[in-house]
Amino acid sequence: MTVSQARFREAVLDPAAAVPPGLQDGQRAPAGNRFSVYRNNVIVSLTEALQTAFPLVAKLVGGDRFSRLAAVYVREHPPKSPLMMHYGVDFPAFLEGFAPLQHIGYLPDCARLDLLIRQSYHAADAPPVPAERLQCAPEDLVTLRLSLAPAVRILRSPWPVHDIWRMNTQEGAPKPRPVAQDVMIARPGFDPAPWLLPPGGACWLDCLGRGLTLGEAHEAALAETADFDLAAVLTLALQSGALTDPTTKDG
Amino acid sequence: MLDTASRFSDLPAAPGVGYKAQHFDAICKDAGPVAWIEVHAENYMGAGGRPLAQLRALSERFALSIHGVGLSIGGEEPLDPDHLARLQHLLKWSQPASFSEHLAWSTHGAEFLNDLLPLPYTNDTLSRVANHIDEVQERLQRPMLLENPSSYLAFAESTWSETDFLAELVRRTGCGLLLDVNNVFISATNLGLSAQAYLDAFPLHAVGEIHVGGHDAQTDDHGAPLLIDSHGKPVIDPVWALLDRVLARGGPRPVLVEWDTDVPDWSVLRAEAERAATALALVT
Repeated sequence: MTVSQARFREAVLDPAAAVPPGLQDGQRAPAGNRFSVYRNNVIVSLTEALQTAFPLVAKLVGGDRFSRLAAVYVREHPPKSPLMMHYGVDFPAFLEGFAPLQHIGYLPDCARLDLLIRQSYHAADAPPVPAERLQCAPEDLVTLRLSLAPAVRILRSPWPVHDIWRMNTQEGAPKPRPVAQDVMIARPGFDPAPWLLPPGGACWLDCLGRGLTLGEAHEAALAETADFDLAAVLTLALQSGALTDPTTKDG
Repeated sequence: MLDTASRFSDLPAAPGVGYKAQHFDAICKDAGPVAWIEVHAENYMGAGGRPLAQLRALSERFALSIHGVGLSIGGEEPLDPDHLARLQHLLKWSQPASFSEHLAWSTHGAEFLNDLLPLPYTNDTLSRVANHIDEVQERLQRPMLLENPSSYLAFAESTWSETDFLAELVRRTGCGLLLDVNNVFISATNLGLSAQAYLDAFPLHAVGEIHVGGHDAQTDDHGAPLLIDSHGKPVIDPVWALLDRVLARGGPRPVLVEWDTDVPDWSVLRAEAERAATALALVT
């Protein structure tokens, strides 16, 4: 009696499935609950991976409820790669369709924030552009092209995701305001963090990421947001190490 | 047979530890007897950031063992060429003293199940695993070590003992073995076998590395002990005694202490490494 890996996999992921015959203990008796060790290892290890990967969602949903949610997700969406650092890419979309949590409308975007922070953590290193690179004549500045560091991610949300993140990670943070928020995740050094972007900031960064000049990015941001504050977003981007010089080659 | 252990891995016959990121500062300040570290390959396959920076820094101080948990070398399907390419890249830049993987499977179809799942010891499995090991060693251009699993159940279809199965893989592929003594203790207890007889039958000449670690205890449906390979506790005395037996018979080898869950302060793990150093001192 052979036990194929397809059969084994099916029984591991389905707690109601019978233990495949052909699996036994040392006395040749049916394996019984010994098979549960594998079931448990798979579900618990994937649940823990999800919990580590989505700390904000885990906090918002709460321990037991998160475990139940994770048990559904990991069975429906097992990892597609042995790189657990990438697990959960479709978790935000899954949450959008998950009926029991539909009332927490901002949850999928919180999952996106968690996901982008993790992507930022593992992104390639790049030296930030030094502030003096921007100390040039205005006519040179508008034609300057800067890149976004590989660890930069932008999230534009109809929800106050940055406020929600602050309230759940920083003591004494104010209650979220009922506003849409754009967030930039950047990684000065090795620890990524989200920064709240001023209006038009996401558009400006997105333009730089697409290879436009500072001047072109500024015009696009102004077109989107009439009172776009270039100095504010530029300071933020420089301080957070979000900008790199595309002409500098990293060792 | 000629003792060829030295060609299977370049790790020193000294204590090593499974590296945990939270120990970075402590291990750099006070490594104690630890001469080498082991990391899980898949955690260092990102594009950059802290994991790679730490590994680069550690590889300048310690000999390095890259231990894969995601290759699914016992899988019924072909090895994942993308994953082999990632391994090749990691080994190229980190230049480890040893590369090892498990006698297990974890990927089926496009799904990775994140656990080391068991294999029946049949002629079919033997040819498949041997072919996969050949492919890995060819691709990486180095010998690999294959680790014995911890077993919670057995397959009725098995026709080989685990030790004969591993010895035959060594003979067919020239690979080395990673002997996990804690896994031997777990499997022997769980399947009602003798750990000492297992070790006496184990092809020690091919062992390039030894693992010890902690485990949890449960019971099965019949009240029989069911040990779980959790790596979350100190190594128990009977496992240290099995290590002594292996070292006495096979001579000094690189000995790794694994601690992966409920990871303690560095001083606790260092104390376990000191105990491994004591065991090695008896045979050196």
